[in-house]
Amino acid sequence: MNDQNLQAAVSAGVMSAESEHRALLQSIVEVARAIFSARAASIFLHDEEADELVFEAVAGEGSDSLLGTRFPSSTGVAGWVLVTRQPLIIDDLEQDPRHARETAESTGYVPKAMMTVPLLHDERALGVLNVLDRSKEIEFSLGQMELLGLFANQAAIALDLLQRARHARAVLTQSGGDAGVIARIASALEGLDEEQREPVLRLLGALDDVLRADVSF
Amino acid sequence: MAQPEQQPERYTGETLPAWSLPAAASAEIGIGVEWPERVTRDWALGGSTGAGVRVCILDSGVQPDHPLVGALEGAVALRKTEDGEIVVEDDTEGDLCGHGTACAGIVRSIAPDCRLFSVRVLGAGFKGSGSVLLEGLRWAIGQGFDVVNMSLSTTKKHFSGLLHELADSAYFRRTVLVASAHNMPVESYPWRFSSVISVGSHEEADPLTFFYNPSPPVEFFGRGVNVEVAWIGGARIRSSGNSFATPHMSAICTLILAKHPELTPFQLKSVLYLTASNVGGANE
Repeated sequence: MNDQNLQAAVSAGVMSAESEHRALLQSIVEVARAIFSARAASIFLHDEEADELVFEAVAGEGSDSLLGTRFPSSTGVAGWVLVTRQPLIIDDLEQDPRHARETAESTGYVPKAMMTVPLLHDERALGVLNVLDRSKEIEFSLGQMELLGLFANQAAIALDLLQRARHARAVLTQSGGDAGVIARIASALEGLDEEQREPVLRLLGALDDVLRADVSF
Repeated sequence: MAQPEQQPERYTGETLPAWSLPAAASAEIGIGVEWPERVTRDWALGGSTGAGVRVCILDSGVQPDHPLVGALEGAVALRKTEDGEIVVEDDTEGDLCGHGTACAGIVRSIAPDCRLFSVRVLGAGFKGSGSVLLEGLRWAIGQGFDVVNMSLSTTKKHFSGLLHELADSAYFRRTVLVASAHNMPVESYPWRFSSVISVGSHEEADPLTFFYNPSPPVEFFGRGVNVEVAWIGGARIRSSGNSFATPHMSAICTLILAKHPELTPFQLKSVLYLTASNVGGANE
């Protein structure tokens, strides 16, 4: 196991659980939905291996059934936004018969309006944030686009954390348990108060000295 | 649909002095544009329909014969083979998303007599899309199109150097690249390069209203909010985004170039500045 993977594995011991990252994504889509008075909001993660978009968080319409649902990333509005890195706001979507049919088949719900922004982190497009059927009383403006962009930044950071945690756990699983011990120690250490931590750190320091001596011997 | 014929006569760079200007040659580089005392909108594009100007939509493809798009003069698709080679083929699928059709329809609505071509670089899968985009742009510049509409960008830094070279090469070969700016705080390309015309959105309804931005990198704002656009399946939808502001600016460039084909991208940008709605050309 290289240093980077070991670091990831140990981090997994102290990082919050996947459920907490999911809760963060969920809160982002719920706030986005509330602010735009929308019927639904969702976050898709781009699974690069499978080249598919996966529902990671859903608020409103479809929230019971869509989590984990996948569809190809190369077609449709969400796919276009992902690949071009450009936000897109579309109204009167029901006029597009192909979109309506494809969406209905995959989600059971056909939106009439869609606000879609890419979730960008560093050079990568991690996924897409979608707000469906915002209130008709809200006339679209560039201010809303900016607001949506702010949500997208937040969602991209959360999605990046989720991916890192998943990667770290995958490393732990693949390491056959070796790094698991280190991760558990790191996690337990994180939970100790300062007084309890001090003797444990001394012990670990001594162990480190022994190992270094052994290596140089 | 046939690939467009190459038009090498657009490559004017070789006939111009490259590094120096001998005294005897100074008489040979007349710029061929009769500049008026004051550049107005009417001088720039009044009465123009974009006739003869070759406009390339580098996007998701264009649905042929959509009522808002009309006839395409050529359409190709770029595809990455299993060996990693990128090939250019006649496009038989049209538009896989609707976006390219929307951009083409906007250009047609403002410049009805322009010659429209589609180069599809999106829709054939996510993987390798940056390299396909790059090759698509290289191919389009090689064809000598007058205007290339790029309502897209890449965030991959390792493509930025090559994209920059391509953008500069287009600039010197008189191919105008019109590229969507990003309205999110991310580094993306090619819109940040000064050799392209970068476009953001304004909220006004007039398709010919455009603004010069005195604080670049975004240089111009075109109509980008609540635009009725062509969509796949012969549909029309309302849409917003810099993606749609960009073809508005592409179309305005097309109108100007149809009337003043001698303009270089540098001169065209100057005309855009002088006729921008916030500079003085709005009501003339």
